Amino acid sequence: MKRDAIAIKEEDNVATALRDLAAGEAASVGVGDGTVLVTMGGEVEFGHKFAIRDIAAGEDILKYGEVIGRATARIPAGAHAHVHNVESLRGRGDLA
Amino acid sequence: MGFQGYRRADGSVGTRNYVGVLSTVVCANEVAEDIARQVDGAVSFTHHQGCCQTPLDIQRVNEVLIGLGSNPNLAAVLLVSLGCESTAIEAVAETIRKTGKRVEVIGLQETGGAARTRAEGTLIVQNMVAEASAQKREPFGLSDIVLGMKCGSSDTTQGLSATPAIGVASDLIVAGGGTTILGEITEFIGAEHIVASHAANEEIGNRILALVERMENRAKAVGCDMRGGQPTGGNIKGGLTTIEEKSLGAIAKGGTAPIQAVYEYGERPAVKGLVVMDSPGREPEILTGLAAAGCNMIVFATGRGAPQGFPFVPVVKLTGNDLTWERMRDHMDMSVAGVIEGTESLPEAGERLVRTILAVSSGERTRAEITGYTRAMDIYVTGPVI
Repeated sequence: MKRDAIAIKEEDNVATALRDLAAGEAASVGVGDGTVLVTMGGEVEFGHKFAIRDIAAGEDILKYGEVIGRATARIPAGAHAHVHNVESLRGRGDLA
Repeated sequence: MGFQGYRRADGSVGTRNYVGVLSTVVCANEVAEDIARQVDGAVSFTHHQGCCQTPLDIQRVNEVLIGLGSNPNLAAVLLVSLGCESTAIEAVAETIRKTGKRVEVIGLQETGGAARTRAEGTLIVQNMVAEASAQKREPFGLSDIVLGMKCGSSDTTQGLSATPAIGVASDLIVAGGGTTILGEITEFIGAEHIVASHAANEEIGNRILALVERMENRAKAVGCDMRGGQPTGGNIKGGLTTIEEKSLGAIAKGGTAPIQAVYEYGERPAVKGLVVMDSPGREPEILTGLAAAGCNMIVFATGRGAPQGFPFVPVVKLTGNDLTWERMRDHMDMSVAGVIEGTESLPEAGERLVRTILAVSSGERTRAEITGYTRAMDIYVTGPVI
């Protein structure tokens, strides 16, 4: 089956869309060697990320099996995960 | 695997055979450009530095000009000066001469204005091109490749395909005895623990971590969240959310080889293998730094389609998605979109990239060279203009 999105490591909680995905569709997400189906909660553009399981506010965002930031709000499975609900933990002169 | 290159007196090998017309200060740029434009086979290097800067930055300018003049892709060098700048012109000229190439200096104030300097400079450069053009290409191997690695106008596809393909290419070149240089220290932030784990020893690992800390502290000193600056607005449109995410994609360019040394911006590696060089992520400054470090080739992964090249070092562009391959076709040398689509393996893509690098090293022209998009250059300084 052709993959609609890809997560690099088993422990990742976000996947990257390999085409524009529409709300309500069941996206086939390659996770490691396997595939899972995630129902899209909204539109996600090519190259953007979405949660592949429910992520709580304050939880680490994992891609490549590494921490790429922190959720600033709850991100339900299938929802777009980007600058509106994920913050960086680095280069934060505003927090110094 | 090998390529046809130009043997230089200092043992380095050029992939191009230009005469370089280097401006020694921002105030001499116009004349340097004019001279190079009038001579087929000459290229100019211009920048915004060389005067009214801290001594530390003036020293940086001197070192970078020496590095650029010594680059093996230049057969001879004309330094174009205004005359009153802070750049140590004679010392720069003398140090470049030690590589065995011809170096001349011409100054506007001494020559008597731009028109005379253009005329005299043009005649000097014409003669330099005549001498340089007599040189023939000879066969060389992977061990004579000094490859600079860069990514830019990034999106999320890049870290899945193009940068890992560069990583494979870097590993192959290092295995063949060559040198590869990883820069863009800003794009180690959040991934520095992984880069440091590739260091050949603990001291090198600690130097990598210190470089990243210095770069991050510079950004934090401004007192705001650097997001929007890094990752850039364009990166964010492409789906990159944080610098950590961008970095994890960017560092894949380093492959799996051990990091043998850490260098300051524009410093020429004294060892072979994979090395790290301090530099920011922006194109003009890092391309210049890689050229000053002696790179005879540069490879540049781009998700959204960055057109920039450099005046005298070929910049091979590869993208990891079909959208950019089609839309920015005029500027792209190679697509590795098949890696994401599952039609090409990463090792295959990396090997294909090495073949492209060698073909370009032998004289095949890059899209940046063909389109004339080769003016991404400036010297990275860290202090104020005063």
